[in-house]
Amino acid sequence: MWFRSILTGLLLVTVTTVLAGEWSGYVAGEFRWFPNDPSDPLQYKDTNISAAFRPEYAHQWDKGRQSFSFIAFGRVDQHDDERTHGDIRELLYIKAAENWELQAGVGKEYWAVTEFRRLTDIINQDDEVEVPDRREKLGQPMVNFALVQDWGTLGFYVLPYFRERTFPGVEGRLRTIPRVDVDNPVYESPDEDKHVDYALRYAHTLNEWDVGLYYFDGTGRDPRLVPGLNSSGEVVLIPHYDLIEQYGLDLQGTFEEWLWKLEAIHRSGQGPDPRFWSASGGFEYTFFGVKQSAVDVGLLVEYIWDERGRNATTPFANDWFVATRITLNDVDSSELLAGFVIDGSSQAHSLYVQGSRRFGGNWKLDLTARTFQNLTPADPGYSFRNDDYVQLQLFYYF
Amino acid sequence: MKKHLLLLLCIVLPVSAYAETAEEKGLAIAVEADKRDTGWSDQTSSMKMILRNRQGEESQRDIRNRSLEVESDGDKALIIFDTPRDVKGTAFLSFTHAIKPDDQWLYLPALKRVKRISSSNKSGPFMGSEFAYEDISSQEIEKYKYKFIKDEDLNGRATFVNERYPQYKHSGYTRQIAWIDKQMYQPLKVEFYDRKGELLKTLTYHDYKQYLNQYWRPDRMEMVNHQTGKSTTLLWSEYQHKTGLTDRDFDKKSLKRAR
Repeated sequence: MWFRSILTGLLLVTVTTVLAGEWSGYVAGEFRWFPNDPSDPLQYKDTNISAAFRPEYAHQWDKGRQSFSFIAFGRVDQHDDERTHGDIRELLYIKAAENWELQAGVGKEYWAVTEFRRLTDIINQDDEVEVPDRREKLGQPMVNFALVQDWGTLGFYVLPYFRERTFPGVEGRLRTIPRVDVDNPVYESPDEDKHVDYALRYAHTLNEWDVGLYYFDGTGRDPRLVPGLNSSGEVVLIPHYDLIEQYGLDLQGTFEEWLWKLEAIHRSGQGPDPRFWSASGGFEYTFFGVKQSAVDVGLLVEYIWDERGRNATTPFANDWFVATRITLNDVDSSELLAGFVIDGSSQAHSLYVQGSRRFGGNWKLDLTARTFQNLTPADPGYSFRNDDYVQLQLFYYF
Repeated sequence: MKKHLLLLLCIVLPVSAYAETAEEKGLAIAVEADKRDTGWSDQTSSMKMILRNRQGEESQRDIRNRSLEVESDGDKALIIFDTPRDVKGTAFLSFTHAIKPDDQWLYLPALKRVKRISSSNKSGPFMGSEFAYEDISSQEIEKYKYKFIKDEDLNGRATFVNERYPQYKHSGYTRQIAWIDKQMYQPLKVEFYDRKGELLKTLTYHDYKQYLNQYWRPDRMEMVNHQTGKSTTLLWSEYQHKTGLTDRDFDKKSLKRAR
C-alpha cells in the first residue's frame, strides 16, 4: 500500500512539473522476415510487422541534484498477441545529496559489464518478447537509498513488486515449443508477486578498476520452465518463480585499448540445483583509428559458464562469444557489430549481425540478422532451430 | 594543478634569471596562461556544434558542458547531448590526467548503462566532428613540451607564436603551433600537424568575452580540416563560473540525473 502512495505521489509530481520539463522519445516501425517455416505450425510464417512508441519525459532541478523522469513503452504486433504490450519503463524521482542518493519509483539498474549476456543483472525482469537476448528490461518498482562515500557507494534496494517475464504467444516466433503459458505462473512465495525483495550493493572505482558486489534476497527473475497442462488441457511450459539468494560480482579493468571483464554469480534456492556458480568473462580490445582513418575496430571475446550445465535455466552454460565491433565515427554514427556464439559442448552455433546509422537529424535505421545452426534436440535452444531472421527497424526520434 | 605549477616555477624561474632558451620561454608562456586561468572552480556552458562536409552540407549537435577544476590533477568534465535526438541524454564523463591515461565513462540512457571506456582514442573524432578528443579535453601544462618561435601580429593583436609537442600517448599530432594573445594569454589560432608532419587542421577562436573580470572565453571556434575539406563550428553560450558544483556532480551516479 505504501508503495502505491509513493506512485500516486510521483504521478502528482508528474502533473505539476509537466510544464517545466521536456518530452522526447521515438516511434519505430519493425519488419521481421523468417526465411524458414516455423517448427510449430501455429507460429506465423514469413513476415511480421510491428510498431513501437516510447515517449519520455525528463525534468531536473536543484542544479541537477533532483530529477524526475517518466518513460512509457508500447508495442503493437501483427501476429503475436503477447508482443502487443505496454510497460512503464521508468517513473522515477531521484534526490542526490553530497553523501547519499535516493531513488524512488519505477526504475532500471544495469550492473553488467560483459556484452553478450548480462549475467549479474537481477533488479529488472527481461522483456523477452522484445528481443531474445535479455537486452530489453521491464520497469521495476523500487526504493533505493545509497551512501556515497570516499570508500565507495553502498546501496540498499527494496523491491516491493515482482514483474513476470514476458514470453512470445502462440503465434509468435523465437519461442519455446511447447510455448510458455504466462497466465498461471507458480510462485514459491505465498505472497506471489507481492513478495518484497531486497538487494544490497557495493560499488567502487579504484584507478583502472570498476568493481561491484551485491547480495539479493527474493523471488528470482529467472523462472524454471516446467512442462504441464493448462486449463484447456494443452501441454505448455509453466514458469516457476523460486525464492533465491544470490551473490554477484561485476568487475572491469580498463587498460588503454584493453577492457577486461568478469561477472560471477552464486545462486541458491532454485529448483533441483540447490546452489550453483555461473561466470562470464573476457575482453574487448579496440584498434583505434585503423590505418590513420577515423574507424575503430574492436575485437570481443567472452566465455560464459554455468555449473548446472544442461539443467541451466539459460541456453548458455558453456559458450564462447566472438565478435567484432566496427565504429565509423562518422556524422551518422554508423556502427556494426558482427559475431557468433559457439556451444563448447555441442556443435550448435549462432550468428549475429547488427548495424545502425542515423539519417538526417531524427531518423535511425537498424538492421539485425540472427541465425541458429546445428541445434540438436538436447539443446535448450532447439525450439529456435527454424527461427533464423532478418529484422529492419526504422526509428523516428522526437 | 597548483602543485605542478609551483614545481614548474621552481624549475623555470632560476634559469630564466640569466638566459632564457626558446623552450624555457615557451613553457613560461604556458605557465602564465595556466596561472591566469586558475580559480574558476567550476564552469557550465552550452554548445552548438555545426558539422560541415566538403559539399557544405550541415548537421548539428546541441551539447551541455560542465567542468570542475581539480587541484593537483587534471579537471573533471561532463558532456551531455541534447541532439541529435537518438543520442539525447547520452553523457560523457572524464577525469583528465596530465600524463597518465584519462578515466572516461559513457552513459547510454536507453539501457541506463554506465560503461567505462578506453581513453586511448585521443585522436579519434568527437561525435563525427573535426575536433578530436584531445582537442576538447582539458589542457594541462604537462601534456606538452614547448618552444617559443617568435612574436607576431595576428589580425591586429600582438601574439606569442608558441610550438607545443604532445607528450601523452596516442596523440594524432607531431606538433601544434599556437598564436597566444599577449593581453589575454589565450590562443587566437592553433595549427595541428599530423603524424607525417603535414598541416592537418587549423583552429581559430573568435569573440572572446571576459567572465568574473578574469577568465576569457570565446563565443565561437572554427576548426577546418585542410586534408578533407570538412569543418566544424562551435558556438558557445551561457558560460557560468563558481556555481557550486562538487565531485558529486561528476561521479558515475550523476550521469543518470544529467538529462
